[in-house]
Amino acid sequence: MRRAATAALIALASAATSGAAQAPPARRAPAEPGRPIVVASKPFGESYLLAEMFAQVLEAHGFAVERRPGLGATELAFEALRTGAIDVYPEYTGTGLTAILHEQPIADPRETFARVATEFERRWGIRWLPPLGFENTYAIAVRRETAESLGLRTLSDLARAAPGLTAGLSPDFIGRPDGLPGIARAYGIRLKAVHALGPAVKYQALAAGKVDVIDGYATDGLIARYDLVVLADDRRFFPPYQAAALVGARLPREAPRAVLALEALSGRITEATMRRLNRRVEADNEPIARVAADAIGELGLGAGGAETAAGEARGDAGRQPLGAYLATQAPTLLRLTLRHLLLVGISLAAAVLLAMPLGLLLERAPRAAEGAIRAVGLLQTIPGIALLAFMIPLLGIGVVPALVALLLYSLYPILRNTYTGVRNADPEAVSAALAIGMTPGQVLRYVRLPLAAPVIMAGIRTAAVIDVGTATLAAFIGAGGLGDPIVAGLSLSDTRMILSGAIPAALLALLVDAGLGAVEMAVRGER
Amino acid sequence: MAPLLSAAAVVKRFGAAPALDGVTLAVERAECVALVGESGAGKSTLLRCFNRLVEPDGGAVSVRGRDVRDTDPILLRRGIGYVPQEGGLLPHWRIARNVGVVPWLAGDPAADRLARDALQLVGLEPERYAERWPRELSGGQRQRAAIARALAARPEVVLLDEPFGALDAITRAELQTTFRRLQRELGLTAVLVTHDLREALELGDRVVVMRAGRIEQAAAPATLLGEPATAYVAELLARARVRDP
Repeated sequence: MRRAATAALIALASAATSGAAQAPPARRAPAEPGRPIVVASKPFGESYLLAEMFAQVLEAHGFAVERRPGLGATELAFEALRTGAIDVYPEYTGTGLTAILHEQPIADPRETFARVATEFERRWGIRWLPPLGFENTYAIAVRRETAESLGLRTLSDLARAAPGLTAGLSPDFIGRPDGLPGIARAYGIRLKAVHALGPAVKYQALAAGKVDVIDGYATDGLIARYDLVVLADDRRFFPPYQAAALVGARLPREAPRAVLALEALSGRITEATMRRLNRRVEADNEPIARVAADAIGELGLGAGGAETAAGEARGDAGRQPLGAYLATQAPTLLRLTLRHLLLVGISLAAAVLLAMPLGLLLERAPRAAEGAIRAVGLLQTIPGIALLAFMIPLLGIGVVPALVALLLYSLYPILRNTYTGVRNADPEAVSAALAIGMTPGQVLRYVRLPLAAPVIMAGIRTAAVIDVGTATLAAFIGAGGLGDPIVAGLSLSDTRMILSGAIPAALLALLVDAGLGAVEMAVRGER
Repeated sequence: MAPLLSAAAVVKRFGAAPALDGVTLAVERAECVALVGESGAGKSTLLRCFNRLVEPDGGAVSVRGRDVRDTDPILLRRGIGYVPQEGGLLPHWRIARNVGVVPWLAGDPAADRLARDALQLVGLEPERYAERWPRELSGGQRQRAAIARALAARPEVVLLDEPFGALDAITRAELQTTFRRLQRELGLTAVLVTHDLREALELGDRVVVMRAGRIEQAAAPATLLGEPATAYVAELLARARVRDP
């Protein structure tokens, strides 16, 4: 019954597709010269790899492709798709059901797919292409010797041993209903302690014996690399997470042939294949572009010789020492550094132009000042990812929302220091200036402002250094910069790659601070 | 001829407390009036009424026969020299620029020359001091520069708010001498606030003793010394031991 429903749905979808293909020629389908197809991923290894495969398949069919790898997380990537900023990214049915639709997990994979396919189409016109062929559910893993000494094979076994074990789980998993709270209820698992660990450190922590249990994904390449045992979900608690291409509403209209090209991947990737591919990316540090090209070559879908943006950040697979690695990455890093500097420069300049006049204005309205400045300070407390997520519906993805986010984060230090600086400027000098006949405007221009200059400059320098750090967030929204290798490196547990972004970012922060220090000297200079 | 400065039944309250409680005072041309009293007596408040740094709640204040309410406060202030206690020099401006600020604000192209002339008047060699920063000068030199600033635009009237209060005794004596000489030579009309009765008697053609927002006695020094009008004035004189030989 459900199978039939799914089949009917797919048939309907294809019908719609072919219908669109016969649409008037105003909507040129193949390889539109105007707009490339935007292929995105979420920031973890498998998502990068699948997106790269999508991209290469599309390129093999002659489509121009723009890659936006590593978009923040589910909310960001989905928001970008919903608003048409991207055209396709790999998603998982279980995630669609629980994290996007906020519905209870359904045990049956086909029913899950049918549900998300129907709802996404109905609500947003977004289409789930038929699943790629593998599931990537949560995997609860332990070290082999732990499994052997305690006799652990299933999650029911884990429930028995849990009071003596410490877990290191991703913050995401600790919070979501289909994560720790769910298995704790379903299996009665009570762990001795639970630490929130990021994906980059989880596996190392487990291997080093700092924790005994971690969560991962069934297809993680690192499970094999660290020789871990995945405990069976014997009560079938986890919902099915079938991987599939999630396609925005515009693509079937504008380039139906692209959708057909992507559908060629449906049902072609097994769990074993995916694990092998992931291992090449995550454990052997092979370039994503090469692994993707091999994979679609094996499937007979590739054009061969594709070169990519996602692959660029990785360079050669060899275990070069950091210095040599940085040297080979120099052109890429230079480009990313310039982009980073551009993001910081523009957002900082805009923040100065906005916050300084506002600070001076508030100096005249001290009653409104504290409240206004605190309100701006509140912006500082919004987590970066959340701010980016709020902004997608308004500004889409890419450089513009990144600049706006950075601008908002730079306002507070400049505003606060401008206000405090002009307000606390030498009171003797200020009252004397008034008494000898300066207008309030002249007092501001000739007395308060110059006297506050060091404090204001200090605020600008603070904002600049924060900005250089925060600009790494831009990677989550496809704006580029040094965040790209950091985010990719974190997702791939590739320390070298993380450092290739983090070291230039740190140097840049020092450099920017020193540069503004020189400006400050000039500003303070005598007259 | 009408007095140059006058206050008639001036009342000023800060909150509920009256700072000035019906003060009437006239200052004649080329006269130096010293306002003396304890902290909170209202002497600085009265001083600041003359250049509209304080707006009275009642009564009337006039300068050169004109009610100050009918004047532009900025122009009024530029026409009156002002010397605050701590000098109030702008720390980021060199001495010459500080001293020439009032003519400069008025757009006078001779501001720099006026500044140098004023420095000469107060005994600071322009060649030596004009290009210095305020922080490079001693407290006494800074106060001389502040007086120079008040005189640079050649005003008739100068207001001084405890101008020598922060100086050591020797420097204070030197500056008092300089001020007294300048006031006489230039024929300045001056109102000087001080809490030091000896200074008031030394510098004032007339001494005005204030207490709680009212004038206790306004008289020439000799009269004040000979005939204190109230017990408070007598007590003040006794405390300052000005009658000792």
